[in-house]
Amino acid sequence: MNPAATAPRIAWRLATVIEVLPETSETRTLVLDVPEWPGHRAGQHVDVRLTAEDGYQAERSYSIASPPEESHLALTVERLDDGEVSPYLSDELHAGDTLELRGPIGGYFVWDVANGGPLFLVGGGSGIVPLMAMLRHRNAVLASADADVRSGLPARLLYSSRRWDNVIYREELAHLAESDPTLEVVHTITRNPPDGWTGFRRRIDRAMLEKIGWPPSEQPRVFVCGPTPLVESVASALVEIGHQPALVKTERFGPTGGST
Amino acid sequence: MALISRGFRGRRQSAETAGRLPPGQYATRDFPVLSAGPTPRTPLAAWDFTVRAADGRSARWTWDEFTALPHQTTTKDIHCVTKWSKFDTVWEGISIDTLLSEAAAKGVTSSPHVIARCDGGYTTNLPLADVTGGKAWIAFMYDGKPLPPEHGGPARLLVPHLYFWKSAKWVRELLLMERDMPGFWESLGYHNYGDPWREQRYAGDE
Ligand SMILES: Cc1cc2nc3c(=O)[nH]c(=O)nc-3n(C[C@H](O)[C@H](O)[C@H](O)COP(=O)(O)OP(=O)(O)OC[C@H]3O[C@@H](n4cnc5c(N)ncnc54)[C@H](O)[C@@H]3O)c2cc1C
Repeated sequence: MNPAATAPRIAWRLATVIEVLPETSETRTLVLDVPEWPGHRAGQHVDVRLTAEDGYQAERSYSIASPPEESHLALTVERLDDGEVSPYLSDELHAGDTLELRGPIGGYFVWDVANGGPLFLVGGGSGIVPLMAMLRHRNAVLASADADVRSGLPARLLYSSRRWDNVIYREELAHLAESDPTLEVVHTITRNPPDGWTGFRRRIDRAMLEKIGWPPSEQPRVFVCGPTPLVESVASALVEIGHQPALVKTERFGPTGGST
Repeated sequence: MALISRGFRGRRQSAETAGRLPPGQYATRDFPVLSAGPTPRTPLAAWDFTVRAADGRSARWTWDEFTALPHQTTTKDIHCVTKWSKFDTVWEGISIDTLLSEAAAKGVTSSPHVIARCDGGYTTNLPLADVTGGKAWIAFMYDGKPLPPEHGGPARLLVPHLYFWKSAKWVRELLLMERDMPGFWESLGYHNYGDPWREQRYAGDE
């Protein structure tokens, strides 16, 4: 028999909002206390369920932003003005409120330090969220490791945002990269880069992936996350460059999720 | 009893829409894409389709032979485990009933389980009863046009009564089996059967 058939049900849990952290003008992070959270791996997501007074329900998936090492669960939600669920999570929820969720979900788009490196992360917009969990996890584990281990697990992030002000986790990424010579963070700003911007100012393309990523011969573990058009074109370009399809893992947030 | 989300109203659906939506799903007009890796691109000249029996006997078709088999147009609602549903999608493809009877004529005997194997290594498992009796197709046209690669072209399995991950993209082979064996997502925590009306998203859901 299929062992998965006897797995316990992933139960709905009642999370309490501990803190709400503004990230950008359209995104914020909900820090949640989830009693008896079974733990998760970097890259996994949860399902969130909202219930109206008459019993009507809506469910959506949100990636877990916090690393497994942290006791609280963090979700970072981008507000889509005409969306059904994200405006509620963005405007209505305050510290002390409760929220139903279940997880962790997803066993493929995950990375642990034990999976090895190099680690090449490519994201667009809110697609940074599961990639951030991987970087935070890596940082938490490597903080206590020696330089040898760290140099065996180099990581690079290529991150596409519309504007400099839309860059989620901007300060934290800068801080992580500054304090870790084996981590490189490269931004591309596709609309209105700030004055004096010398970095990339176009959508992620093959030339950019070749310049920033490791060559296929290094067999990097590649994770691509964001809106569908970005993921489609990045994943195809990576295969053209010669990366093994099995080492390129993708997560598509849907047609929405903030186009970049 | 679910927690009431204070202040949440939700997007009100017409009664007709609500009746067609399985629990936890919302209707979309887009056609979102979900796959675990890059989109494989197999040229039609190199494409073939195989139905293989548990004893290894098989029937095989080239692209031209395959698309010359009798096929049908079918209009179905589809439901993705990531919560979107899309109504009235129009497909053209070959019924699995047709493929199995063609294969039977070539000595391919049936078995109670089937696993679909795809370019890129993806697999998904189904009871034979869920792909026979006019319930499943190998579709190669969508909305009157050749199926685009990101949606599973040249051909994908179409099993609209189950969550859409069972409708394996880039399908190349149906392997008949005496015993059930979990496929790709089924080994990674998703439900073994995947009935949207019973909200069987993840392993352990009833
Ligand atoms: C695995 C996974 C992980 C994800 N992780 C994250 C994450 O970490 N952070 C994040 O912000 N998002 C994430 N998403 C996306 C998230 O699940 C939601 O899709 C997103 O928040 C939008 O939901 P919504 O209810 O606000 O918008 P929806 O109501 O779903 O609408 C989305 C858009 O579609 C349009 N639309 C669709 N249907 C209609 C309709 N009937 N009427 C009018 N307009 C319509 C609207 O224009 C709207 O802008 C993830 C998705 C997946 C699959």
